Amino acid sequence: MKIDCKHVWNYLSAYIDGEVDSALRAEIDRHLEHCEMCSAIMDSTRNVVVLMADDRVFEIPSGYSLRLHQRLSTLLDH
Amino acid sequence: MISDAISKHNLADPVTPMIQRIVNGEKQLFHELIRPVERPVFVMLFMLLRNESDAEDAAQETFIKVYRNLSAFRGESKFTTWVLSIARNEGLARIRKRSTHQEVSLEPSPDDQNQTISPATIVDWREIPSEALERKEVALCIQQAIMALPNIYRDVVQLRDIQELDVQETANILGVSPGSVKVRLHRARIMLQKELAPKLSKFAPAKRGLFGRHV
Repeated sequence: MKIDCKHVWNYLSAYIDGEVDSALRAEIDRHLEHCEMCSAIMDSTRNVVVLMADDRVFEIPSGYSLRLHQRLSTLLDH
Repeated sequence: MISDAISKHNLADPVTPMIQRIVNGEKQLFHELIRPVERPVFVMLFMLLRNESDAEDAAQETFIKVYRNLSAFRGESKFTTWVLSIARNEGLARIRKRSTHQEVSLEPSPDDQNQTISPATIVDWREIPSEALERKEVALCIQQAIMALPNIYRDVVQLRDIQELDVQETANILGVSPGSVKVRLHRARIMLQKELAPKLSKFAPAKRGLFGRHV
């Protein structure tokens, strides 16, 4: 079975999550080896996934934790 | 059978014994219990309410509700999942109360399986290092792209890729099937790649070798 670019795109997310079976993974890997565009799309999608998990994307306001525990203290001390 | 079920529950989440101690009177342990979920709760509420001060207020209310309902936690789900469900309900209730026309509708837009979503077709850019997030503009660029996603896609991206919950936990919190979570996540990631690839490529190192690195 030879797979085309659009077929690879259908499995971008599952591939990144390691949810494709070994036969399909091997097919996709073969495609990525010779398709510069799909390999760039795979890498950039994976990069976006990695970056999103970084705490610096959504920062917590300074003092948030302090104010939270102060409020909880008034509740817990009763 | 009953003891089997209990031991499974205890195994399901290591914080269960601590919760039992709090319920039995060691109230101050609650401060320690919630430390790991403070950030996830704030992020969830910020993504729903789109405002830091509302999110912080809702987070405080969430943890008060968590404390008051702690004896109801049975360990059927992870503590984090349980807390995030309470946070989500708090956030959704506040959006309903706002009841202004400019608010984003709570009604989920249907999964339009027929609509093709294609990634940005690029060859000249692959990745930027995580250190690039030190630049506020880079972090903001990613945040804005996530916030601009339709609700149903933003929800799964938040739980799977930002909070890093598994498919089943995400499905439980959103009340959808694991299959829906996977389909929505796939589409959301492609939408984000399409939106971000042209922008992030500007932050990539200026010079590349003739032979790009293949992972």
